[in-house]
Amino acid sequence: MTTGPKPLFATMLLRSPKAALITVGLLVAAAILVPLLNQLLPASSPFHVPTYLVSLLGKYLCYALLALSVDLIWGYCGILSLGHGAFFSLGGYAMGMYLMRQIGPRGVYRDPILPDFMVFLNWKALPWYWHGFDMFWFAMIMVVLVPGILAFAFGWFAFRSRVTGVYLSIITQAMTFALLLAFFRNDMGFGGNNGMTDFKDLLGFNLQASSTRVALFSITAIALALAYLLCRWIIASRLGRVLIAIRDAESRVRFLGYRVEYYKLFVFILSAMLAGGAGALYVPQVGIINPSEFSPANSIEAVIWVAVGGRGSLHGAILGALLVNFGKSYFTTAFPDIWLYMLGTLFIVVTLFLPRGIVGALPAMPSMPKGWRSLKTPPEKAEEGRP
Amino acid sequence: MPAYSIRRLIAAMALAAVAYSPAILRAQEAAPPEAAVEAPASQAAPSFERLVQQLGLGGFDDKIKAVETLTATGDARAVAALQAMMDGNLYTQEDKVYIAESGARDAKLKDAITGEAATITASGASRVTVNNRLRGILRGALGALTLFSPDPAQRASGAAALFRSRPAEMAEPLAAALAKETDPAAKREMEHSLAAIRLANPGDEAQRIAAAALLGNYADPETRALLTSLQSQEMSPALKATVASALAKVERSLAFWGVFNNIFQGVSLGSVLLLAAIGLAITFGVMGVINMAHGEMIMIGAYTTYMVQELFRAYLPGYTSWSMMFSVPAAFLVTGAIGVIIERGVIRFLYGRALETLLATWGISLILQQGVRTIFGPTNREVATPPWMSGAWEVVGGLTLTYNRMAIVIFSLVVLAMIALLMRYSSFGLHMRAVTQNRRMASSLGIRTGKVDALTFGLGSGIAGIAGVALSQISNVSPNLGQSFIIDSFMVVVFGGVGNLWGTLVGAFSLGLVNKFLEPYAGAVLGKIFVLIAIILFIQKRPRGLFALKGRSVEA
Repeated sequence: MTTGPKPLFATMLLRSPKAALITVGLLVAAAILVPLLNQLLPASSPFHVPTYLVSLLGKYLCYALLALSVDLIWGYCGILSLGHGAFFSLGGYAMGMYLMRQIGPRGVYRDPILPDFMVFLNWKALPWYWHGFDMFWFAMIMVVLVPGILAFAFGWFAFRSRVTGVYLSIITQAMTFALLLAFFRNDMGFGGNNGMTDFKDLLGFNLQASSTRVALFSITAIALALAYLLCRWIIASRLGRVLIAIRDAESRVRFLGYRVEYYKLFVFILSAMLAGGAGALYVPQVGIINPSEFSPANSIEAVIWVAVGGRGSLHGAILGALLVNFGKSYFTTAFPDIWLYMLGTLFIVVTLFLPRGIVGALPAMPSMPKGWRSLKTPPEKAEEGRP
Repeated sequence: MPAYSIRRLIAAMALAAVAYSPAILRAQEAAPPEAAVEAPASQAAPSFERLVQQLGLGGFDDKIKAVETLTATGDARAVAALQAMMDGNLYTQEDKVYIAESGARDAKLKDAITGEAATITASGASRVTVNNRLRGILRGALGALTLFSPDPAQRASGAAALFRSRPAEMAEPLAAALAKETDPAAKREMEHSLAAIRLANPGDEAQRIAAAALLGNYADPETRALLTSLQSQEMSPALKATVASALAKVERSLAFWGVFNNIFQGVSLGSVLLLAAIGLAITFGVMGVINMAHGEMIMIGAYTTYMVQELFRAYLPGYTSWSMMFSVPAAFLVTGAIGVIIERGVIRFLYGRALETLLATWGISLILQQGVRTIFGPTNREVATPPWMSGAWEVVGGLTLTYNRMAIVIFSLVVLAMIALLMRYSSFGLHMRAVTQNRRMASSLGIRTGKVDALTFGLGSGIAGIAGVALSQISNVSPNLGQSFIIDSFMVVVFGGVGNLWGTLVGAFSLGLVNKFLEPYAGAVLGKIFVLIAIILFIQKRPRGLFALKGRSVEA
């Protein structure tokens, strides 16, 4: 229980420069290869990657980016957010608003300014918060700014009054639930329960064209690689060490004179922005954004991706998101009835037997019980009693 | 004897009802009052069939005569035929008269006298035509017949129906019926309708003012609508002032009762939240475990209620109204057992790792949900409300309390009281409190904390099951039932504070009340959002809830 941060660094940071190289290498390779395989090879070739598959892979990479953002705060700072889907969806909505404005007069009602659902609701003018979304740069700022501001407001209150542990998890869940209810309302001006769809083009490129879809995939892969490097850089910096120390012994760090709440706030906002970016990349690839993205179940699923892959391991989070979602796609079509059993069992098995996920289990197999105990049961728990 | 006097009265009133009409002379010729009044019941019976037959014969004048004579018999059986005649659903074929079930061309027919199903349909018979004059007479006749029904509830509902149509010609018979009325509820309805008729129709100024003043005593939306609509009409200043003050009075009492209504709705919601949250508060308080599968325990409790009900229907069909009584212990045992299994099988390996427990129990909730979906299907199951819980108590026009909601309020308080007694006086409760306050110290003193944990989790799950029994009465029994309550129950626990039943009680009822008082202003969804935001802000001020445990053991 008195294990200091030393073995943590040894295992977590110094162990895996190779992992970083492999992760970034694979992502860049995917960003280059998948477009080539899609565009150059004829559809009859066995190595041809069909466009629908490119979009599906792109969707998984967006989930992986979301998982990365969850891992950054949960794996490295001990903040379990059950509302990260909210940031993801807000980023998605910001992108969706831009795409809606791009439709212009090509909508069903042919209104040059108002999106279809507003015409349908008999609105006469664009609400104030819709202005500016016709400009790409503005929308892109909003993609990170809106989740960032929400994370700031939320975190400012929560971390300052030292809301921790399950309390924090529950109120993050309440936050996304409140947003879910809010976005279901028609008079919020975000399309109500239908959300936004029927997008036409992005920066002038037709979203239905396979070239656009392939480009979006490559951009997502590169964005994921960059976000991964950013997270790694932060984790390896002095700031990252403080974050890990906070995870393991929050009170001790506070007594050492660090302003714990500012560190937490910083990483929480950064994580929310990453999640927002993931949402923004997600929307043009799936072609729709609706309030069900806010549902608490989605956020909890994102947490399980991280848990499966390996909490406290950035490439583990990416791996977990990809694996679980491949599994989900496969099983929900092959055996739709048993998917929820499998997902539920996954939650239980991973928490009971793989506390450090796949990545944590693989190399440390022989000495696992000792190894993960020092990592996964931070002294904080013993020191602070119940959360 | 009473039957005889009522008959006399009905006859007299029916005549009064038609006294205004141009047909008065013919009516008197056709049915001399003495004949109707003096006719003993035994003699009226055979003529009833003949009179009904006559409804379908001859021209309008003959029909009017027949209606009046029929009304004068005061026979309640005539109501169905007269109502059908007014609705255009009365048919005739070879001196037999039929009532059609609907206005459709091929509607099924039944005999107007015997009620037997006929061999022909509406297309095989000719409709008994009515004109406006006949309709007016029919309306009066119908009103008169129900107003003098021997059943007070029918008299009341007849009077209430008059409030909606407000025919001027019914003022006289209504006044007569009112003078004779002894049942207070029916009397109230009659006064109400009489006042409305007098006020709504042109007539004696003083009478109208008195009627308007009387209407001010009623607190229901219908009276408000009537008075509001009258305000725009032309009338004398004195009457106008009375109407305005009566309206203000109605508004005031409606607002007054509206507050009570909100309180009842809020308490009702609060009791539901209380039931859903008690178990959660116990497991969270004692074990520091957030049980995400708690909502599924509620759902399983509701399905147990359904199963018990089906067993009763299959094996004890005479006692189905008692199935609810057996559902409570059954649901407690079933969900309690599941709870103990979950604790022994999964949760005990995760102590000290609250966040992991949260994820594992979420996984359990997915499995339980899908399990129920596999067994029972995704559609809603219907749980019947036992007769002693159905119905409502109408306190005043603006305030109605349904019995099932009242039962749930009482039930939730009983459950809370039993838990409080268990915690306070049983040795298990003592151990539970000891573990809550200081796990290690309790363990050192020889309390088997593992056993306490298992039983506590079983108890919490069992209470969730009981909550499911109650919720099956007011909510759809579907695999998603638990999901709709879980976040609200979390909010109650977070708001109320952990390890303190009073916190849960106060938390549940304040959330219920705040929700219901916000609803009229903000709408249900926005109200809920406000409440969620308020709790998120509240927890910043008091991170451990309203009634947090204090002391060294709970400090970080």
